[in-house]
Amino acid sequence: MTEMNENPLDLLPEVLLAASAVLGLLLGSWLPRVRQWIVGLLAAVACVAGIVAASVAAGKPTVTAFGEAFAVDPVTSTSRIVVLGGTLLVLGVSFHPLQGDPRETEFYVLLQLAALGALMMAGTQDLLLLAAGYLLASIPAYTLAGFRKDGPGTEAALKYYVVGALSGVLILTGITILYATGRGTGYPMLGEAFRDAPQALIATGTTGLLAGVLFKAGGVPAHFWVPDAVQGSSPPVAALLTTIPKIGALAALFRLGDVVFADSPLPWPALVAVLSAASMTLGNLGAFFQQDVKRLLAYSTISQVGYLLMPVAVAGRADLAQQALLYYLAAYTVTNLGAFAVVCALPRALTPDDYRGLAKERPLLAASLVICLLGLVGTPPTSVFLGKLEAFSAAFEGGYAWLAALAAANTVASLFYYLRWIVPAVSRSGSSPPPEGDRTARVTAYTATAVSLALGIAGGPVLGALA
Amino acid sequence: MLSALVFAPTAVALLLFALPRRTTPRVFRAVWVVTSALELALVIAVWAGYEAEGGMQYEQRARWIPSAGVGYHVGADGLSLPLLALTCLLFLACALYSLREGRRIREFAALFLFLQTTCLGLFAALDLILFFVFFDLSIVAMYFVIAGWGHQQAARAALKFFLYTFLGSLALLLGFIGLYLAASPHTFDMVELTEQNPLAGRSVHGALVLLAVVVGLAVKTPTVPFHTWLPPAHVEAPAAGSAILAGVLLKMGTYGFVRIAMPMLPEAWRRYALVLVVVGVLSVLHGALVALAQTDFKRMVAYTSVNHMGYVVLAVGAGAAAADSSEQARSLAVTGAVTQMVSHGLLTGALFLLAGVLYERGRTYDMGSYSGVAGAAPAFAAMTGVAAFASLGLPGFSGFIAEFQIFTGSLGPQPLATTLAVLGILLTAGLFLRALRQVFTGPLRLPEAPGTPRAFPDIRAHESLAVVPLLVLALVLGVAPRFLLDVIEPASRSVLELLAR
Repeated sequence: MTEMNENPLDLLPEVLLAASAVLGLLLGSWLPRVRQWIVGLLAAVACVAGIVAASVAAGKPTVTAFGEAFAVDPVTSTSRIVVLGGTLLVLGVSFHPLQGDPRETEFYVLLQLAALGALMMAGTQDLLLLAAGYLLASIPAYTLAGFRKDGPGTEAALKYYVVGALSGVLILTGITILYATGRGTGYPMLGEAFRDAPQALIATGTTGLLAGVLFKAGGVPAHFWVPDAVQGSSPPVAALLTTIPKIGALAALFRLGDVVFADSPLPWPALVAVLSAASMTLGNLGAFFQQDVKRLLAYSTISQVGYLLMPVAVAGRADLAQQALLYYLAAYTVTNLGAFAVVCALPRALTPDDYRGLAKERPLLAASLVICLLGLVGTPPTSVFLGKLEAFSAAFEGGYAWLAALAAANTVASLFYYLRWIVPAVSRSGSSPPPEGDRTARVTAYTATAVSLALGIAGGPVLGALA
Repeated sequence: MLSALVFAPTAVALLLFALPRRTTPRVFRAVWVVTSALELALVIAVWAGYEAEGGMQYEQRARWIPSAGVGYHVGADGLSLPLLALTCLLFLACALYSLREGRRIREFAALFLFLQTTCLGLFAALDLILFFVFFDLSIVAMYFVIAGWGHQQAARAALKFFLYTFLGSLALLLGFIGLYLAASPHTFDMVELTEQNPLAGRSVHGALVLLAVVVGLAVKTPTVPFHTWLPPAHVEAPAAGSAILAGVLLKMGTYGFVRIAMPMLPEAWRRYALVLVVVGVLSVLHGALVALAQTDFKRMVAYTSVNHMGYVVLAVGAGAAAADSSEQARSLAVTGAVTQMVSHGLLTGALFLLAGVLYERGRTYDMGSYSGVAGAAPAFAAMTGVAAFASLGLPGFSGFIAEFQIFTGSLGPQPLATTLAVLGILLTAGLFLRALRQVFTGPLRLPEAPGTPRAFPDIRAHESLAVVPLLVLALVLGVAPRFLLDVIEPASRSVLELLAR
């Protein structure tokens, strides 16, 4: 075991985010209502500074902080950059609707805390820290889901909270059992202890653990909350719920598979592969006939978790797994946020039909929507295509060719519902979409689309850095 | 030079959007036609500088995504050069044909220019992922062409087209990944994969990869039983879209057979060649028989595409036959397959544009609604007649050269299959003659749809500018095919050498 390392600078991005959240809260109680945007600005500055700090840390060799509880390795560094970048985009789409809101500061603070929770989950190498990260990522998100205080919002928050609380209990139970089995909570230690531990105990503990992490990821079977929570909350919060917590959860799952369960008697890869297959298929089936665009994107995100779980399933068995997961996470985050940014830019358009004539009224916004949706399908040259290519390759390499084939079939099925949205948006006839809109969200949509395309076309250096 | 050829149309397409909204449609049309003409000139220059025996030429490589084994690599050889030239010619014909197109001409022109990039890029690509990128983008572009400018049922047909061909493309992608993982070091580069022959001696893996690749290409080609997306897509697409779909996009599948499947998976290809022969013959007969039963002119032409592509599949299957048949015969079959791709592109392109002329006058493709059109529009009747006779394989046209090579080359290795396939010629002859008789002879009768102009004006200048060069080239190829065959033959010999490994 390495000597205790308690240098807080290793956690600079997390520290920055936490400090900005606390400072923002204090600042918010003194600022007049019209100036509360300063808190949002502070959050954005913290995110940018965090991205810079994370990029600098990414160039250094891997270290662990606080004993072995927190690792600063490529997985953490990438997750940091993706989470903070995603948070910036969410800030972009929430800026306009929140202006002058009585709880503007609270929103920004909660957003930062949720992001911080995701960061903790991504970097943790210790079950207890994982539980702490889980709670930190969840509780602010419950509040955000009900932020609007209206009927659907309350329902969203309630459903999200109830399922979340249940998974919270399950994850803690699971961790307790695993602690009892492995006599420790650090991943490397557990990995060794599980090599010859009783299978039944590990299986029980893992079930609880998975329930919690899959809830955060929004994967089957803990996906029930996703459609209602996403539909009920405001578009910026929906954008947050479908991306930021996922990044942390999937990075955490990858670590678990790579370190803890790599040599355990549990058939971990097969288990994750089945969850992956179920997520992509059920998510797609659910999305088929949705009439609400947020709900459609919610089901689409469940199916995307399925694809994201493919490299997780082969963690440690395929060389490509890590870079596939990380690249796909980045690609998915920016593309999904791009699609949500378009939704945010047209808050009155609820169903795909409301987008009729968008191409004529706002060609650039329509182009962003088409590129992001085709990106979610995985059409080249967007970044999700490259992510899928890597994920398929990783699954093949790890011996899960059937999963790759199923994922390909699911990709085709997903075309159907994305096209149901694309077609009205580009068709010429029909009523024009609501002309009002919010410029910041539009700019965010263009930015996300551009990043998604750029990441796809110039993916070489990025992939190289992740390997 | 190839990169310029590939990306220039898209650059111009972006330029079109930079023009102010008030620009008159004439400017867009002019820019489109001029760009296509320059592309054709460029491809002729490429052809002029090409050395027939020189193998892969005009190669360009650039690092793209090295950590995923993907690179930017393009080049031209005897297999791709004829198709590059065909693509440029057909796109120019479509640009000329669309000189009267009024509906959102800026978007239409931009979409076609983008489509041209994807087609040229696919035929020039020497990296599997680059190939796949262009393959998928061509589907996206064609989807918008059908959905945006098609007839009444266009949305449905476009969706069907998209779903089918996208499914095919994903099967193809899985096959490509199989090839990539088998190679060491992992790579998607076609030239390296061809040299490595990574699946040699691994029969199960090889068979699965071949299955994925062949299914992907067979959907695009299309062969029986994956052809069901084709008739609605063709019928509902605008005339220029149908011409490109049949003339260029279908070739992507057959081109993939000779470019990817045969050289990279020789063992598996040889083992399962008989399956392809059977599929080819089924496509020939099924396509011809179903075409015979059509009353809709465009649908009939669409089914003859299934028939004509069947010959190609038969030839590439027969080319893999056991070594007891002569080298020369098999080489003839593969050369015939490539020639057929070019010939079919010219003739079906012309036929679909002529079908567009018919629809523009009478607002229906139903052959029963027309009669005696030859009297009202003699030039149109003459062109359709020439195209139909050329398409059924009359000597003196390119189709005859191609089919003669295919049959002569395949007869030795696959006598029974070839004999059955020859019947396809008979059927196509019958159905084209029947269609010509019904539409063009007898007393004049025109459909009476509401809003139809009663008169049937003869073919207009811009329409003949589009169609005549295609027919003339088909005639030239039929009379003096050497300049094309000199380019194709060395390439098809090298494909067979690779296949014999």
